[in-house]
Amino acid sequence: MSDDSLANSRLGSLEYDPAPESAAIARLRPSYGLFIGGEFTDPMRHEQFATLNPATEETLAMVAQASAVDVDRAVGAARDAYDGVWSKTTGAQRAKYLFRIARLIQERARELAVVETLDNGKPIRESRDIDIPLAAAHFFYYAGWADKLDYAGFGASPKPIGVAGQIIPWNFPLLMAAWKLAPALAAGNTCVLKPAETTPLTALVLAEILQQAELPDGVVNIVTGDGTVGAALVDHPGVDKIAFTGSTDVGRLIQRSTASSDKRLTLELGGKGANIVFEDAPIDETIEGIIDGIFFNQGHVCCAGSRLLVQESIADEVLRRLIRRVEQLRVGDPMDKNTDVGAINSAAQLERIKELTAYGTSEGATRYTSSCVLPDKGYWFAPTVFADVTQSHRIAREEIFGPVLSVLTFRTPEEAVAKANNTTYGLACGVWSEKGSRTLWVAARLRAGVIWANTYNRFDPTSPFGGMRESGFGREGGRHGLEAYLDV
Amino acid sequence: MTTPLRLVTEQERGIVIANPSHVARVESGTQLSAILTALSGVDAVGAEARVAKLATRSIKKSTKMAALDLAISMVDLTTLEGADTFGRVTSLCTKAMSPAAQDPSVPHVAAVCVYPDLAAHARYVLGDSPVKVASVATAFPSGRASLKVKLLDVADALEAGADEIDMVIDRGAFLSGRTGQVFDEIAAVKGACGRAHLKVILETGELVTYDNVRRASWLAMLAGADFIKTSTGKVPVAATTAVALVMLEAARDFAETSGRLVGVKVAGGIRSAKDAIRYLVVVNETAGSTWLTPDLFRFGASSLLNDLLRQRLKQQRGAYVRSDEFSGD
Repeated sequence: MSDDSLANSRLGSLEYDPAPESAAIARLRPSYGLFIGGEFTDPMRHEQFATLNPATEETLAMVAQASAVDVDRAVGAARDAYDGVWSKTTGAQRAKYLFRIARLIQERARELAVVETLDNGKPIRESRDIDIPLAAAHFFYYAGWADKLDYAGFGASPKPIGVAGQIIPWNFPLLMAAWKLAPALAAGNTCVLKPAETTPLTALVLAEILQQAELPDGVVNIVTGDGTVGAALVDHPGVDKIAFTGSTDVGRLIQRSTASSDKRLTLELGGKGANIVFEDAPIDETIEGIIDGIFFNQGHVCCAGSRLLVQESIADEVLRRLIRRVEQLRVGDPMDKNTDVGAINSAAQLERIKELTAYGTSEGATRYTSSCVLPDKGYWFAPTVFADVTQSHRIAREEIFGPVLSVLTFRTPEEAVAKANNTTYGLACGVWSEKGSRTLWVAARLRAGVIWANTYNRFDPTSPFGGMRESGFGREGGRHGLEAYLDV
Repeated sequence: MTTPLRLVTEQERGIVIANPSHVARVESGTQLSAILTALSGVDAVGAEARVAKLATRSIKKSTKMAALDLAISMVDLTTLEGADTFGRVTSLCTKAMSPAAQDPSVPHVAAVCVYPDLAAHARYVLGDSPVKVASVATAFPSGRASLKVKLLDVADALEAGADEIDMVIDRGAFLSGRTGQVFDEIAAVKGACGRAHLKVILETGELVTYDNVRRASWLAMLAGADFIKTSTGKVPVAATTAVALVMLEAARDFAETSGRLVGVKVAGGIRSAKDAIRYLVVVNETAGSTWLTPDLFRFGASSLLNDLLRQRLKQQRGAYVRSDEFSGD
């Protein structure tokens, strides 16, 4: 078919009436303090910053800007809680708190989903069906481990590390908090959590939940603010372990800073995931998988399948179907239950996406952009696919962290593996084929922490997640996720 | 009669075919087999995940009202029981022509679906109303009879005034790899149908895998089916949204390669308006709005119509009404 007729073969053109979720369910407070020692307190310097709704640019709430003094208070509270209470709490008792937290997340799921969507810009369908249920699932999963650490494969009576400093990103705010807190608490550590500057709200609702669960004071402390807060936490001598999820650049700084200390470190950094499609792939599900791989959460996913590697024999067919499907994506109000792609999280991120995609065009790739109408206010980027991309293009090498897909081709399985591995990252890859033996052959040769077969961006608390090379080290999830928080 | 669903533009309804002769006429069993085995596989987990995601679409207000009316207009009101009588068919036909007698804005259904021996009576009651008479034939539901008998069954139904023939494929032949035989039977029945529309029932519950559903869909379309239909309603597993997804993908891809639009009918176990709307969402987002018409999508059902009427009244009045507000037929 010619490109001309494609434009007339649009799917999903039936308009759905708006089905907005109610923002009032968020029950946002006008301002939030720091959560230290079990209560919300004002920062020492009384500084605040606004957290915005990226879909409207309106201020949602004022949030405390912590300083080094506040970080010191938080670490002190965590240390006291560790020495005084938590290290003497049995595994079964720790499990009881974790189960409570999990159930309370489920009880307040709708509220959390609305807060997440307002603060982050992700579609309410995703926060409702993915982020919040998975966050609860992580607490349930690690609750089960708390009294069974002897059987986790790290020897008899493995000990916790102590006070963990945890710095999380803005792409899955509550889910990343759960990924960090659940295994740390199950293993017997106390925590100081630093949410991302642009998305602090669900962590602060989680603080309310921790109060409701009657978690002992100081076991979890939450300090909000910009990068200086994270730096103060990393540099604090009272912290025994740092867990960071975020950009590779910041990860480098943290590794440098902790190198001269006894601090344990796990890093979950960037990626440039290859999604490899063989000619015998189940075509319709593969197209869906490619879409999920790159447009899930506006592409703000470290393991996003941002490099599509297609066998040349089916490249035209895949591209044709892919463009048609991209046209069908419903982009707009994140609070509408039928929205597929929401707002870019911040002005700064939007700027970065624009800058990198400009290279795509100037370096000679062919650009397809969805003809969707973008709202006037807020931060938006239309889903975009670059065809005719080569390995030397910047858009094939650098992490864009947005709804932008680069399509490359290969001829043989060997070439697919070589191209997939030709990156400084190593977080996640996908392989699409109906032939199991080839999938396994390819998977064994890919340098990535996570490899999905005939699916992409699937997460489960029982499955370890993490990268290699410049995507970081350490695993989160599964039995393996305990290791980062045990003295083994 | 039906409220049209709000579409982006009229132009987008039509699928433009650039290369309509891509799929050549099937000349031999070997060629047929080659076409069917070259079809892409279906990943069951992915297909089911896709329809589960589409089931979360929130259809409200005017979209819901339009969808309910559209669904009513797509119903093949069906009775296929050994206990069927003229009286039963009469009440069904009456309901089909005006589903809610007190409200003439409710559209009529697409067709009444009966056994061949009752087709003449259905034709008589429906008279010249736009509601079609559909009749199952070809030794429905098992299809276990010779081609000669099947063709007589079809001829019988046509003579009785059926506008549409719902035939069953020989699942035994399909499952044992005799796809050429299945093709020839469909082609023969299509030839016998003349101007009557042919719906080919795949009985997906007996084909079991999505790969089989996709191959059987293509086989039926290549052999001349005007509609491909999921089920007889007589085996435990009937229509599912995942099966409908695979069949709609097949109809869409077939249209793109052959230039011919083939309809899809889902039948069996669809009882609630909510289910019906979920199917319409799958149609919209898989084959596109071109298929959102009774000419290209049907529900084979009996009790579904009453729930559609009930939900329609709920939309109008803001509260549920007693089921006795309309006939229970």
